[in-house]
Amino acid sequence: MSEMPLLSARDLQLHFGRIAALDHVDLDIWPGEVVAIVGESGSGKTTLLRVLSGMMAPDAGRVVFDGQDVLAMGEAARRNLMRTQWGFVHQNPRDGLRMGVSAGGNIGERLMAVGARHYGNIRGEATAWLKRVEISPERIDDLPRNFSGGMQQRLQIARTLVTRPRLVFMDEPTGGLDVSVQARLLDMIRGLVAELGLAVLIVTHDIAAARLLAHRILVMRHGQVVEQGLTDRVLDDPQHPYTQLLVASVLAA
Amino acid sequence: MSWSLRAEGLGKSFTLHLQGGVTMPVLRGLELSVAPGECVALSGPSGAGKSTLMRCLYGNYGAEAGRILLRHGDGVVDIATADARTMREVRRDTLGYVSQFLRVIPRVPALEIVAEPLMARGMARDAALAKAEAMLTRLNLPARLHHLPPATFSGGEQQRVNLARGFAPAYPVLLLDEPTASLDAANREVVIGLIREAKDRGAAIIGIFHDAEVRDRVADRLFAVTPLPEAA
Repeated sequence: MSEMPLLSARDLQLHFGRIAALDHVDLDIWPGEVVAIVGESGSGKTTLLRVLSGMMAPDAGRVVFDGQDVLAMGEAARRNLMRTQWGFVHQNPRDGLRMGVSAGGNIGERLMAVGARHYGNIRGEATAWLKRVEISPERIDDLPRNFSGGMQQRLQIARTLVTRPRLVFMDEPTGGLDVSVQARLLDMIRGLVAELGLAVLIVTHDIAAARLLAHRILVMRHGQVVEQGLTDRVLDDPQHPYTQLLVASVLAA
Repeated sequence: MSWSLRAEGLGKSFTLHLQGGVTMPVLRGLELSVAPGECVALSGPSGAGKSTLMRCLYGNYGAEAGRILLRHGDGVVDIATADARTMREVRRDTLGYVSQFLRVIPRVPALEIVAEPLMARGMARDAALAKAEAMLTRLNLPARLHHLPPATFSGGEQQRVNLARGFAPAYPVLLLDEPTASLDAANREVVIGLIREAKDRGAAIIGIFHDAEVRDRVADRLFAVTPLPEAA
């Protein structure tokens, strides 16, 4: 087990007017660790994801990825990280896919961005990844706009993971999908994350999804991390009043 | 005497913030030590806190007072204060827990559920699946079920998947919460055999056994968990 966190954030602060979106937030993610951020809409979880991935600047605080200061680096360096070391799975697949490029092209493009040049290899890898995310390889030349929502999300995951990033940010990856489609997607994410040993930071308001995927949970409210710990400890023995409310509000199926 | 797991001054209460902040004390000043190769059966009336104690020992409930010392590798970990990352490692390598119910994961077949903790410890996939298969077969789970997700299995079948998952990795410390509750006589015998083998290889076991016959055949001693008086 390595001795340094992959991503480390200290004392992040961000205000929107008088509203604290991030109120002194600390966070470490270790290699191979899946961390879920849960909380209601407006609790600051998506803001935290955007700040950690360098998409948004905080008022104060530090974010270090693998020894590099994420907030101090230039746009080119951040884009390079996003291309090589990081992946980002958006809630809406349209934000993560190129809708006018074929399914195979969407996967191949990420590979080419990290230097792959051999057409046959790229197409072979794209075919293999389509199979992994349970999309028929016959659809390799089809445009994602003709795919269902669940297929689009699976394609976005293939596009994100093909370059084997070390850290993947996921923003409500199952939001807006039918329940049956969600289960399939969650299981797929769970399998791929374990197989590839990825570190993942996943924002979700779905407690069941967090329990299934995450090793550790952070509960956010009003920009603060009110409770954190081992997933089953936080969900089975919640300490903070807000976590108790959150857990008690979930309907048991 | 040497020990594998030791609770010192363990205390646990629950504060229910949604019920006006009422606090329910469950455990106080609890002292328990379990040696390698020893099986301790928790006794006490329903609601006395036996399951709460088990969950504290596994780190599933947070201990609020005292220490829970566990021999882990060459060192000792205090489960009461260990961080999430350490607890994951402890649960992977040292501490196993068989609960009464299987938490079913959609679409994951029984065989994979049993093989998962083996692969997490670094066993090759083929070897892990073979071992999982052997364990499920020993627990008399029909072969046609091995490749199906257990969501539609009976209670007894699910419990056997759970037992196979708990016993396959040969953890040095094992917590068993009513491991034979929904099993028939033949499978109860299998579980008694698994517990005895685990003790023979030096595992420390803490169990809740409502089945007196099973308890008498595997436990070396009883540990009484008594209800606390109502808080003043």
